[in-house]
Formats: sequence, C-alpha cells, structure tokens
Amino acid sequence: MIKKGEWVRIHKNILEPSERAPQVPDDTKECPLEMWDKGFLTADADMGDEVEIETVANRIEKGTLIEVNPSYDHDFGKCVPELLKIDKQVREILFGGEK
Amino acid sequence: MVKANDYTSVMGRKAEIMLRSVGIDYSKFESGSIAFDYEKMMKETGYTLEEMQEIQYGVNVGNTPLLELKNLTALARSCAPRGKGARIFIKDEASNPSGSFKARRAANAVYHAKKLGYKGVIAATSGNYGAAVASQAAIAGLKCIIVQECYDSKGKGQPEIVEKARKCEALGAEVVQLSVGPELFYKFLLLLEETGYFNASLYTPFGIAGVETLGYEVSMQFREKYGKDPDVVICTHAGGGNLTGTARGLKKAGAASTVIGASVDLAGLHMASDKAFNLKSFTTGHTGFGVPFSNWPDRSDVPRSAARPLRYMERYVTITQGDVFYMTECLATLEGLEKGPAGNTSLAAAFALSQEYDRDKLIVVQETEYTGAGKHVQPQLSFAKSNGIEVFFGDPKDEIPGKNIVLPEHPSLIKATDVDLDHMRRSLIKTALKTYNTSEPTDQDIKFLAEETMKDEAWVRKTVSELK
Repeated sequence: MIKKGEWVRIHKNILEPSERAPQVPDDTKECPLEMWDKGFLTADADMGDEVEIETVANRIEKGTLIEVNPSYDHDFGKCVPELLKIDKQVREILFGGEK
Repeated sequence: MVKANDYTSVMGRKAEIMLRSVGIDYSKFESGSIAFDYEKMMKETGYTLEEMQEIQYGVNVGNTPLLELKNLTALARSCAPRGKGARIFIKDEASNPSGSFKARRAANAVYHAKKLGYKGVIAATSGNYGAAVASQAAIAGLKCIIVQECYDSKGKGQPEIVEKARKCEALGAEVVQLSVGPELFYKFLLLLEETGYFNASLYTPFGIAGVETLGYEVSMQFREKYGKDPDVVICTHAGGGNLTGTARGLKKAGAASTVIGASVDLAGLHMASDKAFNLKSFTTGHTGFGVPFSNWPDRSDVPRSAARPLRYMERYVTITQGDVFYMTECLATLEGLEKGPAGNTSLAAAFALSQEYDRDKLIVVQETEYTGAGKHVQPQLSFAKSNGIEVFFGDPKDEIPGKNIVLPEHPSLIKATDVDLDHMRRSLIKTALKTYNTSEPTDQDIKFLAEETMKDEAWVRKTVSELK
C-alpha cells in the first residue's frame, strides 16, 4: 500500500496509435503517444493502480502508478577510450608530449 | 459544456488558445497576404534594449565573461595555411543562472508573463530553454510546466533530455514527459487551456528580443578589450532565435561583424521517427531544426515567429557529430573547460573557419552551455555505442548520421561544409507562395520577401517567376 501524499510517477497513453496525427511517420504511428508525470498521490493506492496525483504546479493528472519516490538514473556512461586518444594527440601536437 | 479533447478538436482550438496564452493579437501586423510588419511586431510587443538589460541584470542574467581560447587557436594555426588562423573566443553563457544563454529569452518571457498577471508559464522544449524558464519562474514565484519529448516507444530516454528534466524539476517545475511525436503540441495546447498559464514560447518577440542583449554585449566587450568588434560571430543554429537575436543586438551596437550559423549535420534522420530518435547524439543545434526553421520560420508554436534567421545569416555551415565530440574533448584537455554540446557545435565550426582568416581576425562563438551527467561527451558517445552506432577514427566526411560517428583522425580533418543559402531562400519563397496560395505576390510581398532573404527585389521577382 502506498500512502496518500507520497511522491510518485505515473504513466498513461494520451493518444492511441489510431488517434495519431496524420503527418507522423509510419514507425511512430504504430506506437501510442505516451506520457509520464510526477506528483503527490491524492489517495492510498497500490503499484499499477489507476491513480490521481497533484503535481508541483497544483494540477491534477491521472495515470497508472509506476514508481514511488522516483529517481534519476542518467550518468556519465561507460568509459570511452577514444577520448583518451584525442587528449594525447592534441597535447602532443601543441606541447610536443615528452619529447 | 465539456470541450472535446481529441486531437482534431484541440488542434482546431489552436488560434483561440494561442491568443489567450500569449496575449498578442498577431492580426494587427498582417497585410492580408505574404507580408507582415516584422519590425512593428518587434517594436510593439518587445522591449527596448535598455529595458531588456534592466530586466535581465535584475535577475542575474547576462554580463557573461568573454574567454580567449589561446591553445585552440594555436591548434587551429598548426592545421592552417601560413599566416592564417584567426583568434578564437567564446562568450561563456553557461555562467547564466540556468547554465545557458536561454536565460536571456526566459527572463523576458517570464517578466512579461508576470506583468500581464499570469499565474504560471508553460514551455514546450526538451532543451536548455526549459531549465531557463524554470529558473526564471522560480525567481518570479510563478508556477512552471515544461513539456518535453524524452522517450522512444521502448521507454528509453535520451540522456541529455533526461538530464534536462532533472534540472527543470530541481528548479521547481512540473515536467510532463512524452514519447516521440509532433503531437507534443497537442498536449501543450491542452495544458495551456487547462491552466490558463502564459505560453513562454521560444518564438515570441520578447523571447527573441531577449537575445539582443547577447549580441550587444559581445560587441561592447570586444570594443573594450580589443578595440574593435569581432570580425566573425558564429551562432549554433536550430530554431533561429539565437542567431536572429544575436544579429539584431550586433546591429543595435552598430557592429558589422559577419554572422555565421552552424548546425550539426543530421541529414537523413527523420525528426519525428520513433526508431531514429535515439540514433541522434544531438538533441538540438542540428540541421533537423536549422534547415526547416530557416526555410519557413512560421512553423513554430506562434502565428508569426520573431526568429527569422535568413534575414541575418550571411553564411550557414554544417559540422559533423564526430567533429563536435572531438572539439568538446579538445576544449577540456587544452583549455581546461568542460562545456556542453550547443556552444561546441559552433566551436567546431570556429576551429575550421579560423583557418580561412588571417591571424589578426577575431572569431567569437557566442555561447557555451553547462555540461554534466547525460549531456557530457562521454555519456553521449557511450549511449550512441549502446544503440549500435559505430564510433571510430577516420575522416568525418565519411560520417553517416544514425549509422556511425567518425572522430577525426587528425584535427586538420575538421571541416565546415557550406550550405547553399540561395537554395534555402528559394525554398522560403516557394513555401510563402504555397501557404498564401498565390503566384502573383503584391509589391509589398516582394519587398517583404527581399527582407526575409537578404536579397534585392529583382532577385525575388526572378525567383517567383522561375517558380511559376
């Protein structure tokens, strides 16, 4: 049970594939237009329930409850060794490396 | 009566929603055909340069440092013909409160919204502008909603846009995230209608006029430090506001600098394609916006865009994704500066263009932006690799957007490619004739199209007759 007032993330489809705009390319037209938003739960609920939230702009939005206390997971990625090669190369051109 | 909220019904209410949310009656500037009074629109609905400076300096925006990149200049000279290699500078716009020049646009838009009594602001943007509006709304005590295109149909987010969502939320905004598609505009309209908030569009006169202070400052700083205006000002070009506002500010300062637009070449990738969405390593500053918004500025979210780049762009060049990543790394390793992709697009172009000019010439890249998790060169290259994009060293001219990223084998391989501006000008005239369903433009239209394309009326008349 997730309590009323908890900070959560919701998801919903706002346009089904059949409702998409005419100018949309075919690969996009096969998918629904999806939406994610965050806010405070307005009533107790369970994960996966259809819920209502109040956003930080004091708006009410509805959708499926997918996450409690949502966090960010973007980072600095994996090591890209090519960048080290660039560093070495341009420092050698300008400053002559160890020579 | 409950309003219908299906796509067609909402789009049908666009004009009415826009009028209420922007507070500009654009019909006042219309001629009834192709022409409209651009300068009247900028004058009546914008602010004077002095007013804008006062607004911006009052919220800690502007007066950003001008930095000379001596080591990058030396590297450019090592690749240039004898005697060539203009000095390269950057205007460190990342020092603005939200980490980019967009704070200038947002400062004016939010000031205007508050003045008109709106309780909140909404912007449709996946980029720095969202963070800028959130930042300014926070200062003004207004509510803020940012609508962004962030995920593909597999729920995979572009790291740079995910970072932008974080920043907007950190600054107190509600971020409505959507999957790929131009119907973002549909949700945007619904939100404007539901909340009655101000549409802090990127393309209103206040937003564009907000960038004039940037062009003006560039000129003043160069005169003070180097006794003359920069010879060349390079602007990363997407929707056209950055270039338009900067060029107008330079003109207001009386500077005769050459204004060059630069975009990352993403030819071949469809901007509204779900599959192509995460094959791009750049979310803006690329040809997917730069070309269509030049060819037809009035495709934006307001009836008449204040960003009209072909009026001001004297040259337009493209640069590859690999060039920009390489230059981003050079900036860190040779100048001790970590900056984001927007300014570095122009920086890669500046590096190549510097080699065309004599050593006593001054080239300035008029923006930098912040960098960090998601936005940095490492997560972007790492993300590209995880999406099957090949990353290797070679000649950047072999780069195929969406397939590979070619890092230059040597800095001398970084080249700026000229875009045929006359072709774009013809395209603008063609679209104007088609949009207003005429093959016989009025004298006023001809004059307007000449201004729109920086050409004379004879050239416009000849082009119109060729298009018949």
